[in-house]
Amino acid sequence: MQDKEYVGFAALPNQLHRKSVKKGFDFTLMVAGESGLGKSTLINSLFLTNLYEDRQLPEASARLAQTLTIERRGVEIEEGGIKVKLTLVDTPGFGDSVDCSDCWLPVVRFIEEQFEQYLRDESGLNRKNIQDSRVHCCLYFISPFGRGLRPLDVAFLRAVHEKVNIIPVIGKADALMPKETQALKQRIRDQLKEEEINIYQFPDCDSDEDEDFKRQDAEMKESIPFAVVGSCEVVRDGGTRPVRGRRYSWGTVEVENPHHCDFLNLRRMLVQTHLQDLKEVTHDILYEGYRASCLQSLARPGARDRASRSKLSRQSATEIPLPMLPLAETEKLIREKDEELRRMQEMLEKMQAQMQQSQTQGEQSDAL
Amino acid sequence: MDPLRRSPSPCSSRPSSPKTPPCEMLGYVGIEAVLDQLKIKAMKMGFEFNIMVVGQSGLGKSTMVNTLFKSKVWKRTLPGLGMSTPQTLQLKSVTHVIEEKGVKLKLTVTDTPGFGDQINNDKCWDPILGYINEQYERYLQEEILITRQRHIPDTRVHCCVYFVPPTGHCLRPLDIEFLQRLCRTVNVVPVIARADSLTLEEREAFRRRIQQNLRTHCIEVYPQKSLDEDINDRILNSKIRDRIPFAVVGADQEHLVNGKCVLGRKTKWGIVEVENMAHCEFALLRDLLIRSHLQDLKDITHNVHYENYRVCRLNESHVLPRGPGWVNLAPTPPGPPATPRPSKACRRAHDNSENDEDY
Repeated sequence: MQDKEYVGFAALPNQLHRKSVKKGFDFTLMVAGESGLGKSTLINSLFLTNLYEDRQLPEASARLAQTLTIERRGVEIEEGGIKVKLTLVDTPGFGDSVDCSDCWLPVVRFIEEQFEQYLRDESGLNRKNIQDSRVHCCLYFISPFGRGLRPLDVAFLRAVHEKVNIIPVIGKADALMPKETQALKQRIRDQLKEEEINIYQFPDCDSDEDEDFKRQDAEMKESIPFAVVGSCEVVRDGGTRPVRGRRYSWGTVEVENPHHCDFLNLRRMLVQTHLQDLKEVTHDILYEGYRASCLQSLARPGARDRASRSKLSRQSATEIPLPMLPLAETEKLIREKDEELRRMQEMLEKMQAQMQQSQTQGEQSDAL
Repeated sequence: MDPLRRSPSPCSSRPSSPKTPPCEMLGYVGIEAVLDQLKIKAMKMGFEFNIMVVGQSGLGKSTMVNTLFKSKVWKRTLPGLGMSTPQTLQLKSVTHVIEEKGVKLKLTVTDTPGFGDQINNDKCWDPILGYINEQYERYLQEEILITRQRHIPDTRVHCCVYFVPPTGHCLRPLDIEFLQRLCRTVNVVPVIARADSLTLEEREAFRRRIQQNLRTHCIEVYPQKSLDEDINDRILNSKIRDRIPFAVVGADQEHLVNGKCVLGRKTKWGIVEVENMAHCEFALLRDLLIRSHLQDLKDITHNVHYENYRVCRLNESHVLPRGPGWVNLAPTPPGPPATPRPSKACRRAHDNSENDEDY
């Protein structure tokens, strides 16, 4: 009797599970903030690997001339049969110089480049092995010593909030007393609202979850920005069980103690429950937003400058049909040919100028 | 009185006394009573001390001042209570008279909110340098008058406490730029602020790196090696120099620990006691600034830094003082005068310290 009514697609989630285990999972996480806020330690704690083993901290004299660089580190972590290819994007030099104006532009450029790469791949002919190098999440570290967001923090967040999922985090939170932590969190939340910065919104849990879960979820949302402490050292506090933490002369901070800091919340929300959601929001909302604005600006050459031979053809805006995909390939070829023509023209001009110069020089020496 | 003969010699507090063998005393004369006389006079007049605190907002400068002088010199504010960082650097001074056991201290604290908080912090040290030189100028103007006051009010900054954020790595470019400029003009004492975020090992490593940075960039902080007078001073100051910068924590709330009421910060994993040497080095800072070297700070400000400034100004106005007290100085040029590079204090540092790699 059961066999007649049972169709069997309830097994679909298992099939997905098997496929994703086979395929593996890749995730790109960006870490940004001033130096000295415990970023590397936190990443090591989150993924329980020493990703920064070969890191060389620059000396003070080297820092005087340092500019912002973007560093990528890849690591494969396996747990329970699932392989995660984690790419970490680091921004050493951010906020370090005396003059930090526009120091966030290389970061914005990097994020956009990943989108551009994906756009190109998506519109290409062979789409079998698209590498997704887009930044899925940015952990932004706020200093616990300030009175909220600093001008540099606001400028950076404003520049990237429409391009990447931002999770604000208060680093080195063991420097704060409980009341100070609460006040700082409230101030940051108020500032984010004032400056209209969109951070990643953890989605609401389903209405059919039990009360306990809902309460936990609400508590976790209340504790944003997360006040975290990182440590990879295990402290044996004679008598009690060994814990990961930082030992001070007046006590030991336990990293995984929810009363001490929000590390567990961050780990749960980032890794255990919302990894996939972050990827989806990046793809569905942020990437689509970028793609739409990119293509719109291409479709209206008059809006930029008609004089120069810009990327798209000379046809007017009205002729761009939706969807773009079938045309994108030919457009790409036209663009590439245009580029080549322009480059060859430039080279010709240069050679002509050089020949003229050598001619006049020859004439001068003749005259002498 | 001829201004030239006022202080024994510029750039040094060593009295120029010839070496004469001490005389043998045949009985008790009572010369030692002069110490009591000095003490009575000093207590009547009271002392002045001007301290400046510099550092990014939130590093605990105001709390530190409150803790140092055990009084509510500044009102501490939590974030979000209406106080936002100012757009430009402003200098705020507050003066209090504190009394202890009959000794009166007129304490002036100058705060620098907004330092290093902007996106572009270039030249954020100019207002501070300007303020310090302004105080020197004020004193100089009083000094060159024909009819001088009996006691010239001393508003010169005797000590500048610089708060280094506890990154744990090394000095930042902003720190180096600021310290290089200010060490030539005023006594600077760097401290590691909010040190309760660093473990003891991290603090030591951070301290060593900072000391090396200071050596590499030729920054001479107080107590300056080149100004040690004799072997006793050198021994005492070497011990201090080994521990600079002090890792400090400030607190103005009291908690009960082992039956005693102590100043500290209470967290869920313990109480950081400010006066406990195992927790932080606040006691060393307080002893340096108040209990042992307060007078030395004032002397060096008067005999070294102020004299350097005075020499500069007089050279600029191209007129050396002749005769009793009539000096015609050119009007003050805008901004700080160009100090002779390197200043005399630093020159000796060049000779003494080994030459590390170029900066």
